[in-house]
Amino acid sequence: MSEIKLQENLFTISTSPHIRAEASISKIMWSVSAALTPAALFAIYHFGFPALTVILAGSLSAVLFEYIVQKLRKKPITISDGSAFLTGLLLSMCLPPSIPAYMAVIGSFIAIVVAKHSMGGLGYNIFNPAHIGRAALMVSWPVAMTTWTSLSGKVDAVASATPLNILKQQGYSKLIETFGSSHQMYKDMFVGFRNGSIGETSTILLLIGGIYLIYKGYVNWVVPVFMIGTVGVLTWVCGPTGMFTGDPLFHIMAGGLIIGAFFMATDMVTIPITKKGQIVFAIGAGALTVLIRLKGGYPEGVCYSILLMNAVVPLIDRLMKPVKFGARG
Amino acid sequence: MIKSFRGGIHPNDNKSFTANKAIEIAQLPSKVIIPVRQHIGAPCDPVVAKGDLVKKGQVIASSAAFVSSPVHASLSGVVTDVAQYPHPVFGKCLSVVIENDGLDEWIDGIPVQRDWDKFDGNEIKAIIKEAGIVGMGGATFPTHVKLSPPKEKNIDTLIINAAECEPFLTADHRMMLEYSERILTGVKIVIKVIGVQKVFIGIEDNKPDAVIAMQKAAEGTTVEVVAIPTKYPQGAEKMLIKVLAGREVPSGSLPMDVGVVVQNIGTIVAIEDAVVRGIPLIQRVTTISGSAIKEPKNLLLRIGTTFEDAIENCGGFIEKPAKIIMGGPMMGFAQSNLKIPIIKGVSGILGLSKKDINTGVQSPCIRCGKCLTVCPCGLNPSMLSILGEKDMYEEAKFEQNLFDCAECGSCVYVCPAKRNIVQYIRYSKMRNTADAAKKKEALAK
Repeated sequence: MSEIKLQENLFTISTSPHIRAEASISKIMWSVSAALTPAALFAIYHFGFPALTVILAGSLSAVLFEYIVQKLRKKPITISDGSAFLTGLLLSMCLPPSIPAYMAVIGSFIAIVVAKHSMGGLGYNIFNPAHIGRAALMVSWPVAMTTWTSLSGKVDAVASATPLNILKQQGYSKLIETFGSSHQMYKDMFVGFRNGSIGETSTILLLIGGIYLIYKGYVNWVVPVFMIGTVGVLTWVCGPTGMFTGDPLFHIMAGGLIIGAFFMATDMVTIPITKKGQIVFAIGAGALTVLIRLKGGYPEGVCYSILLMNAVVPLIDRLMKPVKFGARG
Repeated sequence: MIKSFRGGIHPNDNKSFTANKAIEIAQLPSKVIIPVRQHIGAPCDPVVAKGDLVKKGQVIASSAAFVSSPVHASLSGVVTDVAQYPHPVFGKCLSVVIENDGLDEWIDGIPVQRDWDKFDGNEIKAIIKEAGIVGMGGATFPTHVKLSPPKEKNIDTLIINAAECEPFLTADHRMMLEYSERILTGVKIVIKVIGVQKVFIGIEDNKPDAVIAMQKAAEGTTVEVVAIPTKYPQGAEKMLIKVLAGREVPSGSLPMDVGVVVQNIGTIVAIEDAVVRGIPLIQRVTTISGSAIKEPKNLLLRIGTTFEDAIENCGGFIEKPAKIIMGGPMMGFAQSNLKIPIIKGVSGILGLSKKDINTGVQSPCIRCGKCLTVCPCGLNPSMLSILGEKDMYEEAKFEQNLFDCAECGSCVYVCPAKRNIVQYIRYSKMRNTADAAKKKEALAK
């Protein structure tokens, strides 16, 4: 009997499969950050230096907090996978440009330390960390979070209010008046020359980033399509002067819907895992957004609607299981 | 337009290493190690002892059980040992070691040349059983059992599995090019045994030359040669049946429950050899490939040849392989050393280099859902891996359809978190099986 001795030169064994694709978490995370870059660059151009400060403060402090937490928890340091950077970047993109940089840092602390690592770290958090950070800042500094100081000459026309604010407080005709004409309003909102959070203003650049992610397979198209579609249909149906009198195009481009639908409601960790479940999630988030915008006290509802839907993800996953092969046989 | 199955992946098929290399007869090894268990079912008992002289084709181990398959000497020579030896699947197995006398003499009575049409179905089945033929795609289920479905099953379709969806492997591909006439004869023999109307040969469309060769051979017969869109795991029986016959084998059932018998190309070649020439299963075509192999080849190898001898036929290694695999890279078995013998189900031997395997460090699941989109069985591999990791194997069984997993590995292939999903699934299955056995034991007491 030829016993194989341990000192012999043996080969690695493991269960199959023995080959793997090149996909990796860091590739996904850095691609999403890359997809946000055009909108971030536009924000710096549009809002000026303060926007750059907030973006840098938010994203770099997020990486630092991740490093500190992992060091303290004696876990492997994974800051190079880009997930903390992405969270910080997403958070800063959802903040007003005039916010003090230290608030962005505190937001990152809440996003990374409280929302992400207290739940167990990457993959275990229930709520979208960037949105938790934003929501925490919203309740802590409501004034700073809703002050839209005009930062550059280009937005004089809509100084000190976002389009959704104007709509909420002064009505639709005043909104059109502010932009000059409805044609001008759509154009400005599409390109991004309006007031709002740092990263949410340019519809076209966010769309380019989102379509790139869909093309790469990192985002399932059903989520943005169903969420935006739901908002469009509901705002059109529930118009201010009766059924079918709404302005869906305005509502789709206004506020954080585009960035929310393409970059927040598609955060793999915090949304349902099946396609069916993701459709339910997207419709729910869209419907809640419209409810908050039209009936709630806040002018904008994307952040809260996504967080509310995050809470029911485990339930959706439990109810929407894939159908196994041979089940119908 | 052929409707494909749900899920699946498109790995780099790496078949160009050997796809254009004709089958080469390997040099006879100085000795062969022949395990008595090379099939699913009852193990055989050796019928030879140390010191016996044996000839090529002589039965050296057999069993009286129906679900079993005899084992034959693949060389002429002296039995030098009958003892436990390493086995590519079971770890260790009772094996017969034969030292080559260099004469390569057949036992009396074979080979012959005979008209297969004079045999009836039962006689053919007896010949197949005596020849030790098992499923040669890797499952190694005794072929005569597969060809004896219960009467009430109403078999109406025969599918020849020539998908060869595993990367690197080209043995079936080469056989179709070089043995196309023989394969067709083999198919006719099987048709006679099970009496079916519809016959498909399913070939993935990344082998257009094989499709043409088989279509030419099948001209004027009822055998339909179908080119199917390449996608792993096409060669999984249930997927192939879905694609070619449009039937979905119910969960927990067998192909015969939907009236289908599936046979692998290699098995068909072995059947033709046995029925037409009386030659038992003592050799097979195996692909030796991978980036670490100096000169990858398709070899006709004697059963019992060690991996070492087979790789020697290909010039050895050009670098130290990261892994040695028996079979394909998706479902094959990693081997710790090269003293392992080739058994009837070994469709390939791979010497994979680091760049072939592309492993990574496992991290927590980020719920990207890729595994759900590629799972051909319609499962949630993400959840199964998490339940396995947390030892919640019962929940995996009762709530996540654990036992419907075919372990094809598509989920692991695409996982960006590099999770060893199949490993967790196998672990959970083992724990459930062990628990069930314990329960049974307790009941018996």
